Amino acid sequence: MLIKKPPDIKPSEITSKSLFLRRREFLSVSINSTAAIATAGLAGGLLAPSAAQAGTKLQGIVKSPFSTKEELTPYEDVTTYNNFYEFGTNKEDPAEYSKDFKPLPWTLKVEGACNKPGTFQLEDFIKPHQLEERIYRLRCVEAWSMVIPWVGFPLADVIKRFEPTGNAKYVAFTTLLDPKRMPGQTNSVLDWPYVEGLRMDEAMHPLTILAVGLYGEMLPNPNGAPLRLVVPWKYGFKSIKSIVKIAFTETQPPTTWNMVAPNEYGFYSNVNPNHDHPRWTQKKERRIGDLFKRPTLMFNGYADQVASLYAGMDLDKYY
Amino acid sequence: MGGGGIGSWRAWQRSISAIPRVLTTVPIRDPIKIIKPALFVLMLVPLALLIQKGFTHRLGANPILKIEHELGDWGLRFLLMTLAFTPLRRLTGWQPMMRLRRMFGLYVFFYACLHFLTWLVFDNSLDIHDIARDIAKRPYVTVGFSAFVLLVPLAITSTNKMVKRLGGRQWRKLHSLVYPIGTLVILHYLWLVKADRHLPIIYGLILIGLLATRVPGFFKRIPVPASRRIAPPPVRTVPQPT
Repeated sequence: MLIKKPPDIKPSEITSKSLFLRRREFLSVSINSTAAIATAGLAGGLLAPSAAQAGTKLQGIVKSPFSTKEELTPYEDVTTYNNFYEFGTNKEDPAEYSKDFKPLPWTLKVEGACNKPGTFQLEDFIKPHQLEERIYRLRCVEAWSMVIPWVGFPLADVIKRFEPTGNAKYVAFTTLLDPKRMPGQTNSVLDWPYVEGLRMDEAMHPLTILAVGLYGEMLPNPNGAPLRLVVPWKYGFKSIKSIVKIAFTETQPPTTWNMVAPNEYGFYSNVNPNHDHPRWTQKKERRIGDLFKRPTLMFNGYADQVASLYAGMDLDKYY
Repeated sequence: MGGGGIGSWRAWQRSISAIPRVLTTVPIRDPIKIIKPALFVLMLVPLALLIQKGFTHRLGANPILKIEHELGDWGLRFLLMTLAFTPLRRLTGWQPMMRLRRMFGLYVFFYACLHFLTWLVFDNSLDIHDIARDIAKRPYVTVGFSAFVLLVPLAITSTNKMVKRLGGRQWRKLHSLVYPIGTLVILHYLWLVKADRHLPIIYGLILIGLLATRVPGFFKRIPVPASRRIAPPPVRTVPQPT
């Protein structure tokens, strides 16, 4: 009988060739991140600045009275069913094609009509703010919806820091433009970079947040890492992802989907079951996880908080 | 380039027309008798996969929409395949393949029915009011629904009995409805996508190509391989009156 001698090195202990070839890169990343941790002070210990750390747990999050008690959409669904054309036009594309995206380090520019414009590292930008959990409904213009536990801070607090001048009537946002890191930008389906905007009072509303995480961890790449807007009473596309620039403007800024089809997507794009998209109805939505559709609520169910922003406006005209 | 193009076209055509010859050399009297049940099962595979993935939760976060879209996609793909029969027969000269066409057409209807049912039940909870409003108000629903309605008489008149009852000419006239149906389906697809129109445009171009083969004289421009060229009738000299 043949008795096999166990090999000296177990297959599990052999470093794969691809990893071996990347050993220097691994070293430099570890050194950089160690240095960064030592110097950056970790945004108050909240955000690890090393690259490829999406998914890192965020610390010191407080609850918010603005959160809904509805059942959460599972993490798996929230992170694999996305509209993020920077990584492809299919819902499954962002999860697939953002795998190699390294959000950090991230630089953010604040400019326009304000007293304190500047360029910031993300960690420094976030540092002054208390992270809150905000469980919001998200209604996509395609008639599906989710309930997502975001982690972020009120945009109003951010805006106050930069002291907008009297000329600042709107806030404009811009997504990263980098076709090398965002392969979907090689497809001319949208006019890159993605841009969005809010009226100042909408931006200052306590429901409006900048999110840096969900489910208690740093924003996963398909959800707009490392920093995105969340405006829960508007269709999802208003909540711009992977923001690199915030600008205070006097005039209404251009917005991406409005430029694609102005008759279909307005500047306001408030969730409104009474104003149908010209090609499909907005009366109903399918909550992810449900078989059947449910009625869509005015302002996505946030009418009590936000309806006053639009008092006296014809919402069929300003859709 | 033109010569090379014709040459490769010939090569392609030769290999295509070789298929029936190879098939007839198989020691089976009627290969259709084997191909047909095999295709019957094969064309159920997309549905089987949907069911299997549905039960193993592999249809993503929005399984109903996925099912609806997949069923529609397969209906359209089988429709284009059905339309490919006539030009393929012209190219290959293999008449028996036409006995498969009805099955393809009925599969178009089968997948269209399931697609339509998914929409009725899951998108509209069978609410007649909602359904009627959507058909009237949404152009993409209007054309999709029209395509489905037009498929019904074709499915009903697909039996041998009905073909006989209508007579060849009438039956063919009725079944040329498949051309507007194809066009409506492409419009349905084009009008429902948000921004990325790649797929409906590709399917649309295939449809245009298939419809172009119906234009009288289309095949005259394509050289027929010598082996299949029908010998012209002998020229008879008509005696001239003197």
